[in-house]
Amino acid sequence: MDSLSVEHLTGIKDLTKNDIDIIFKTADAFKEVINRPIKKVPSLRDITIANLFFENSTRTRLSFELAEKRLSADIVNFSAASSSVKKGETLIDTVNNILSMKVDMVVMRHPNPGAAKFLSERVDAKVVNAGDGTHEHPTQALLDSYSIRERLGEVKGKKVVIVGDILHSRVALSNIYCLQKLGAEVMVCGPTTLIPKYIHKLGVKVEHNLLKALDWCDVANMLRIQLERQEIKYFPSLREYSMQYGLTKEILDSLSKKIVVMHPGPINRGVEITSDVADSDQAIILDQVENGVAVRMAVIYLLAAKIKRQ
Amino acid sequence: MERQVILNSKHFELTLNRLCYQLIETHNDFSNSVLIGLQPRGVNVVRRLKSKLEEILGKEIVCGNLDITFYRDDFRRREVPLIPSATNIDFVIENKNVVLIDDVLYTGRTIRSGLDALLAFGRPSKVELLTMIDRRFKRDLPIQADYVGKTVDTLISERVSVEWNEIEGEDKVVLFTPEANG
Repeated sequence: MDSLSVEHLTGIKDLTKNDIDIIFKTADAFKEVINRPIKKVPSLRDITIANLFFENSTRTRLSFELAEKRLSADIVNFSAASSSVKKGETLIDTVNNILSMKVDMVVMRHPNPGAAKFLSERVDAKVVNAGDGTHEHPTQALLDSYSIRERLGEVKGKKVVIVGDILHSRVALSNIYCLQKLGAEVMVCGPTTLIPKYIHKLGVKVEHNLLKALDWCDVANMLRIQLERQEIKYFPSLREYSMQYGLTKEILDSLSKKIVVMHPGPINRGVEITSDVADSDQAIILDQVENGVAVRMAVIYLLAAKIKRQ
Repeated sequence: MERQVILNSKHFELTLNRLCYQLIETHNDFSNSVLIGLQPRGVNVVRRLKSKLEEILGKEIVCGNLDITFYRDDFRRREVPLIPSATNIDFVIENKNVVLIDDVLYTGRTIRSGLDALLAFGRPSKVELLTMIDRRFKRDLPIQADYVGKTVDTLISERVSVEWNEIEGEDKVVLFTPEANG
């Protein structure tokens, strides 16, 4: 009952609702810890964690690092840009070499979908997925739902619209799984070219009109257009996208109720969201970042609890 | 399991009253003292002591709850991870006299964790320990209580449970002894 049903966190898809509840409950305690004068507990002082980032990241990487440090774990960092991956080493070899240095847990971001699961089946360490290509980004989804729970009391029964580049977004997929497991209704909104063809099979509503979507929802999660993953043009111009799908203060104020605005970062101000919306009191973007540390501490703590030593 | 009540509700009340006056003897009007209860069961002792002390002294006593889950020395040695309870210390403990409070003192390991957890909130000028029940055998660490409700001699196989009117329906302390086989 009080233990996670999984050995690794590769995706939200594998988690049960009970798992998510345990993570949130543990994160509540860590949120209190990170607001103390000494923001650190000694639980993981005999655990070593490797952060392997084969893809760029600011927030997620810092957040994981802080979470690990506040649990007193030892950490090693690795980024693909400055490593032997460039010399032709395979993923398994890279990771096994790192594990020979007695590492207990691996936090990995990788451009290939399924990389975390692949790794978890082949190495003797706990694996936490920090984003695998366009597949999943489980800790982001957990912190998003945690932030909704914090702002609105609970996630169950809430209507959440995810707006933007759904096709290339791992945040969208993980969020859909997480929100649905917690009993929320999910809608995706964006231009036809950026909505995956079979997304309705996940049980989500699809809407192409931003105003209609916003009228329906309690929470709007605004995603960034992932130009770096787009090999072809999916819409005529960023300017046109922004006019149709950008969230402005005028639109926000014209709605009949006060919705909550979220963004996983990094924000492209003036594209998917304007500055005055991002900085308004309806936006919980910085709360999401703060909760990210607490939620990641909870995930690492609960997985580390499964590491047995003789 | 054989049950034996070792403190009935009348004696329970008398014990709490005595502990209050012992605290007042040392801490006078509590102007520089705070009570901190260890989660999960020590907070019940604090709640009751607080209301009694406030009745006697006619002023508010500053109290907090401390969860020690993340400071335990048996993390990963248990089958399931412990899910933490709430910590609630919304005052500064720097230079305060702190009375750490739990219901049962046994191996002393919880108190050791509690001291570590407490120091994350600052440097108190003095820390004392109060426990409702002191199981005086099988202490693993050199830790003793300053205020004791009742000292009991128990076997390792036995269990002591402090029960509360608000939770279990009656104030009492029960000793559970496993029945001897054949």
